Amino acid sequence: MLRYIIRRLLWVVLVLVVIVAITYSIFFLLPGGGSDAIANRFAGKQPNPEIVAEVKQQFGLDKPIYVQFYIFTRNLFLGDQYGWPGLGKSFVLRAPLKQVLVERMWVTIQLAVGAAVVWLLVGIPIGILSALRPRSIWDRAAMTFALIGISMPVFFIGPLALYVFVYKWHILPGSGYSPIGEDGLWQWFNHFILPWCVLALLYAAFYARLSRANLLDVMGEDYMRTARAKGLNERQVIVKHGLRSSLTPLVTVFGLDLAGLLAGAVITETVFNLPGLGQYAVRSVFSLDLYAILDVTIIAAFFVTLANLVVDIVYAFLDPRVRYT
Amino acid sequence: MSQVQQTEPTLEVLAPLESGVEAVQGRTPWQLFYTRFKRDRIALFAAGVVLLLIALALLAPAFARFVVHRGPNDLNQGYTSDISVPLLGPSKIAWFGVDALGRDIFIRTLYGARTSLLIAILATGISIVVGIALGLMAGFVGGKLDTFISRLIDIVLSLPLLLLAIGIGAARIVRGQTLSLREREFVEAARATGYGNIHIMFREILPNMVASIIVVATLLIPQNILFEAALSFLAVGVPAGTPSWGGMLSDATNGALYRIAWWMLFFPGMFLVMTTLAFNLLGDGLRDALDPRAGR
Repeated sequence: MLRYIIRRLLWVVLVLVVIVAITYSIFFLLPGGGSDAIANRFAGKQPNPEIVAEVKQQFGLDKPIYVQFYIFTRNLFLGDQYGWPGLGKSFVLRAPLKQVLVERMWVTIQLAVGAAVVWLLVGIPIGILSALRPRSIWDRAAMTFALIGISMPVFFIGPLALYVFVYKWHILPGSGYSPIGEDGLWQWFNHFILPWCVLALLYAAFYARLSRANLLDVMGEDYMRTARAKGLNERQVIVKHGLRSSLTPLVTVFGLDLAGLLAGAVITETVFNLPGLGQYAVRSVFSLDLYAILDVTIIAAFFVTLANLVVDIVYAFLDPRVRYT
Repeated sequence: MSQVQQTEPTLEVLAPLESGVEAVQGRTPWQLFYTRFKRDRIALFAAGVVLLLIALALLAPAFARFVVHRGPNDLNQGYTSDISVPLLGPSKIAWFGVDALGRDIFIRTLYGARTSLLIAILATGISIVVGIALGLMAGFVGGKLDTFISRLIDIVLSLPLLLLAIGIGAARIVRGQTLSLREREFVEAARATGYGNIHIMFREILPNMVASIIVVATLLIPQNILFEAALSFLAVGVPAGTPSWGGMLSDATNGALYRIAWWMLFFPGMFLVMTTLAFNLLGDGLRDALDPRAGR
C-alpha cells in the first residue's frame, strides 16, 4: 500500500510538470500571448524599446521559453524568494501571488463545500426514494426534475435566481462576498445561500440519477434476497445491505467533483461576483498575467490528481474487494 | 472475401430447420430498436423538438429576410434609451424584445441556434473520432500503448477549465468496450480465418459498439452546447458580434441589465435549456431503446 501511494505521488508530480509545459506552450503559441505581447502591455501607454526590454527583464521574460519553463518548474517544487511553493509574482499586482491565491482559495472553499453539503443532502435522498418506488409518480417527478437540473446552466439559473429573490422579492441582499468575520454569520449566510443552491442544482440532479440507478442495480442482487430470507425487515435490508454497496461508487464521483470545484467554480463566481480562484483565473487570462494563470492551472490539476489518489485509497477501505499493490 | 462465403452454407442448412419448427420472423437489432423507440413518447417528443430546432436554425436567414425584415446585427435606433437601456420588450414589433444596442432578440436567438448546433455537432464529431481512434488502439493493442494512452487521458482530464476534457471521456468508454469485445468468440473466429488487426478493429469490434457510440454522441451534444455557451458567456467563445446564446446571456448580465430588460435573459436562456433538455431526453430514449438493460 505504501509503495502504491509513493508511486502515485510521483505520478502527481509528473502530471504537474506536464501541465505546466502544456500551459506554457498554449500561452506562448496563442495569438496575443508571448513575451513581447506581455511586455508591451505592461510597459505603459507609450512603450519604447528600452522600457519594453526593462519590463521583460524585470518579469524574467527576456530568457528563452524553455529556460523560463525550467525556472518556473524548479521554483514550484523547491520554492522561490517568497517561500515554498514558489508561485511567482503577479504582473498586474507586482506582488507575490501566494497571498492573493490563499485569500481567493478560502472564498472558493466556502462556496464549494457549502454547495457540496446542499447537493448531497438533496440529491442522494431523492435518488434513494425514487429507487424504492420505481415508476411511481414521485419517481417520475423526481427524474424529470433531475433531467431539467442537468440541462440548466449556472449562467442562466443564477441571474434568474438573482432577479427573483433579490430584485423582485427583496428577500436576499444580492451578489458579492461578505466575510464571516466582518459582517457576521447572518450576512455571510445570506450572501452564500443563492450561490450554494444554484451551484448545487446541477450536481444534485446528477447525484439523484446516479444513486437511483446504483440502488436499483443493487436491489436485484442475490445478497439482498439472502438478507430478506434470513428475516431482516425491509428497512434493515435496504439501509445495511443496499445503501452501503450502492453509495460506495458515489465516493469516487464526489471526490472528483469536489476537487474540480475547489479549483474554482468559474461561472458561479463570475455570476455572483465572488472573489474566488475561478474568477481570478478568468481575470488573469484577460490581463495576460502569466504566473497567475499558471498557478491557478496548477492548483486545479493538483486538486484533481490528489483527489484521484485519495478516492482510490478510500475506495480500498470501503470496498473489501479492492486491493492495491 | 472467400473465407466469409465458406461459412454461409452452414447457415443455410440451419435456417430451414428452425423455421420448420415454428414460423418465427427474425428481427434485426435495428428493427427491435425501432419498435422500442416508437413506444417511448417522451423520446419521440424530444426528437421532434430537436428537428424543429434544426429547422429553425436552417431557416434563420429566411426569417430575417421575409418575416421580421431585419438581420441579427441590425441596430434599430429608437428602441433604446440614450444610455443604451433597451426600452422595447416583447411586442408585435420585436417578438422577443430588443437588447441594449436595439438588436432584435428573436432573430438573434434563431441565429444563436445556428452557432450552438453547428459548434456542438462539430465538436462532438471531432471528439467521437478522436475517442474511437484512441480508445480502439488502447483497448485492442494493449500493453505499453494502453498504459500510455490511458495516462494521457488522465492528464487531459485533470486539465482545468475543461478545455479538452469533455471529448476525451469518449476514449475511455471505447477502450472499456474494446477490452471486453476483443475477448469474444467472433474476434477469435475472425483471427482464425486470417484477418488482420485493422480489419478486426474496424470491421468486427467497431460495428458492435455503434449503439453505445450513438448514445455517447447524443449525450455529448448537449454538454458541448452548454460548454460553448459557457465559453461565450465568459467572452472567450465565438468572436464578439456572432450571435450566440451564451453571448446573449452575457449581454443580459452585463451591468445586471436583466433587472430592467428581463427578456434579454429569458428568451436565449429558455432556448438554451430547451435544446439541452431535448438532446438529453433523446439520448436517454436512444439508450433505453438500443440497450434496454442499461440505465433503468
